[in-house]
Amino acid sequence: MIIGLSITRDIHDWLYGAMPEWAASLTEMVLIALVYLGIFAVAGLFLVLLERRIAAWFQQRLGPNRVGFQGLLQTMADALKLLSKELTGTTKADTFLYNLAPYFVIISSLMALSVFPFTREFQAFDINIGLFFLIAVSSIGVIGILLGGWGSNNKYALIGAMRSGVQTISYELSVGLSLLTMVLLTGTLQLSQIVEVQKSGWLIVQGHIPAIVAFMIFMISGTAETNRAPFDMVEAESELGAGFHTEYSGMKFAYFFLAEFINMFIICAIATTVFFGAWLSPFGITESIPLLGVFWFLLKTLMLVFLMMWFRWTFPRLRIDQLLTLEWKYLLPMNLVNIVIMAVMVWLNLTIKF
Amino acid sequence: MSYFSEIYNGVITLLKGMSVTGKYFLNSRKGAITQQYPDNRDTLKMFERFRGEVIMPHDEKNEHTCTGCQKCEIACPNGSIEIVWDRGIDEYSGKKKKKIDKFVYHLSLCTMCGLCIDVCPTDAIKWGQNFENSVYDRTQLTRVLNRPGSKLRAGVED
Amino acid sequence: MESTTIKSNFKSEEYFINMGPQHPATHGVLRLLLTIDGEIIKKVEPDLGYIHRSIEKMCERDSYQQIVHLTDRMDYLSANINNEAVCLCVEKALELEVPERVRVIRTIIGELTRISSHCLWWGVMGMDVGALTTFFYGFRDREMLNDIFEETCGARLTMNYNVPGGLMFDIHPNFVSRVKEFIAHFKTKIPEYDRLLTENVIFQKRTKGVGILSREDAISFGASGPVARGSGYSCDVRKYHPYSALDQVDFNEPLRTEGDTFARYSVRIEEMWESLSIVEQLIDNIPEGEYRVPTKAVIKLPKGEYYQKVETARGELGVYIISTGTKSPYRLKFRSPGFSNLSLLNHIAVGGKIGDLVATMATLDLVIPDIDR
Repeated sequence: MIIGLSITRDIHDWLYGAMPEWAASLTEMVLIALVYLGIFAVAGLFLVLLERRIAAWFQQRLGPNRVGFQGLLQTMADALKLLSKELTGTTKADTFLYNLAPYFVIISSLMALSVFPFTREFQAFDINIGLFFLIAVSSIGVIGILLGGWGSNNKYALIGAMRSGVQTISYELSVGLSLLTMVLLTGTLQLSQIVEVQKSGWLIVQGHIPAIVAFMIFMISGTAETNRAPFDMVEAESELGAGFHTEYSGMKFAYFFLAEFINMFIICAIATTVFFGAWLSPFGITESIPLLGVFWFLLKTLMLVFLMMWFRWTFPRLRIDQLLTLEWKYLLPMNLVNIVIMAVMVWLNLTIKF
Repeated sequence: MSYFSEIYNGVITLLKGMSVTGKYFLNSRKGAITQQYPDNRDTLKMFERFRGEVIMPHDEKNEHTCTGCQKCEIACPNGSIEIVWDRGIDEYSGKKKKKIDKFVYHLSLCTMCGLCIDVCPTDAIKWGQNFENSVYDRTQLTRVLNRPGSKLRAGVED
Repeated sequence: MESTTIKSNFKSEEYFINMGPQHPATHGVLRLLLTIDGEIIKKVEPDLGYIHRSIEKMCERDSYQQIVHLTDRMDYLSANINNEAVCLCVEKALELEVPERVRVIRTIIGELTRISSHCLWWGVMGMDVGALTTFFYGFRDREMLNDIFEETCGARLTMNYNVPGGLMFDIHPNFVSRVKEFIAHFKTKIPEYDRLLTENVIFQKRTKGVGILSREDAISFGASGPVARGSGYSCDVRKYHPYSALDQVDFNEPLRTEGDTFARYSVRIEEMWESLSIVEQLIDNIPEGEYRVPTKAVIKLPKGEYYQKVETARGELGVYIISTGTKSPYRLKFRSPGFSNLSLLNHIAVGGKIGDLVATMATLDLVIPDIDR
């Protein structure tokens, strides 16, 4: 039915025709995993480049522009360099945890990537508790950070890891509650259903004021979740050197680094899905061509990514106690009130629907 | 109420800060403040007073104006200048006169203070604008400034 | 921090952390031995000597002309003011009157140096509290000043433009127009600095009420410069012992009474305005005349002791020369502002978090070669 995407259907049919059912589904899983790994690598590298170029433009610099056209291959070259580097480590490190940590971080962000509806039919895993799954999986990553900080036997790394633990526990609440506010509107956790609901107006329009408040809270706590400036207590290079990944080098460092950017992408993708109608085009202008959904999804996500980068390159870093004050004294009470308002609104049918 | 006004004022100041960086972002097309150094080598011109290295200008007849008075050697705080000299008959006046054999300049010891050039009575040495002073071997930093076969310009007295 | 009296089965233990000598926040090779309880700092012990070059001893070897260039390497961010200090001291000893032109030019370049130092400090201050973009904006404006210095003095950082008796050479013909251009440019940039960092709510929360230094402590620790003025201790050498052309100009001494990090920060921002106004007052009336009084090739100071102090970007720099009548000083002592300012770090950082320490240290504006000499 859809040119371009029907190819997945064709492959699916062909696999099931050519093989026994178990072999077919196994092959299909491997294929999908490979596709998503590809997306993961490309998206991560591209985001790193984007960040560096955008930072340069904010700072009146040029940024990387040597490798490839306008520096497009720069991060590829960096990844190659990191691959070829020696994996150093401290002698007194807890070797098992030290080596395990990067995989925790990277696998959790890879898992989260799988549930996004990039466009109609382009969703690897349409689970009925999609949003819940996302929140749950994205907070596994912090275990990796904690393990890395603990395992590397470095005091700076340990402080960084402990900070990240505190931060994630606190901000997880805000992320969950702000998404819960929107779930009140949709009535479902399944991401494809959430998109379906938004066909009569994006949720940020449907829910108007409480939705905008929820969106702001989500963006703030999402930035904190990904440990990015102004909430980069975990790395805080002027305080802790490099924080939890002080002792990591080579590809293990690259895993942490890539995961950070993928996490940023994930937070923005959640915001896109829940608040801005995922792959739906504005006013339904390209509804007939679902392939363009990918374009709209990425466009919206990258706009939000840009917003997060703008935050990062403008604001000073918060102190650890101020970080907690912001969460417990400001975001959390506001969030709880916001949920009640949203509930009342849904009850009284005050939402805007087209 | 101060709770809400605090939030409001806080958000306003954050937006102000973002407007500053945002303005530069939008104007980033106008060019960066940084330079693409090895690329702009041809157009890169240092100021004429820039202290890159000490040079001894020679004219087309391979003559310099260093009389070998050694004032620069005394003025130098780090011993970067060594003058190897001799006495010889001056071909113009016929008198016995101090003559430089080698004007040795150790760039590796030089702090670019400019005292030698300040003190030189005949302006025999001056600043060169070359700033790319890195070499692979330390011995290349010890330079003899007077060219081989060069001699003192006629009539130069200190 | 209010202490809680909850009995706990956990035993908390203080631990050491080495901050530096290679650490992004120590701006050089300063090593701090921190005793930390969790995030809270219990004790800060600065460990010095990583770039000690025995400049004072070297001065005993050198002639008075040669001493000047060594002072560039102390507080390299206010190199010209350091040079001026030595030259003033030598001139004082020789009872040498320098021409009016020299005095005005020295003051202008000194104030420009102060602005350039504060520009760098502002950029790094922002970077220390986590706003990386400020670094580039600060350096952008500093770059204009560096170009001015390079055109006139020949070097961007270690200028060595002053000699006992005047200046090494006259100002460049472009100097006046370039400085005016800079003044016009920089007047639009300081408000931008304010919008980007000073008014930012996060920055204010980070700095207000942090690292409080009382006026009494500032005096007893021998603090000077913006650090002391942030605590309400009026100590501007330019005001109380004017040197060069500073008695001809009209300027205010910025004072704050809070004594916290933000007070020190805002004193420096205001100093940039004041320095701009000093330069503005002088730039149009640089008197004609000689740029140098000839001195003997070998300067011998009369037997005796001489002291001259100036206000560098960091505070009071004193030059104390004991001469026995020979061509080099018997003893030369620099009273550097950074050393006394660093000594109070332990006093004001204890009880704060690691982040506070970094912000506090940034407003002390340490230049390590100045401390180690």
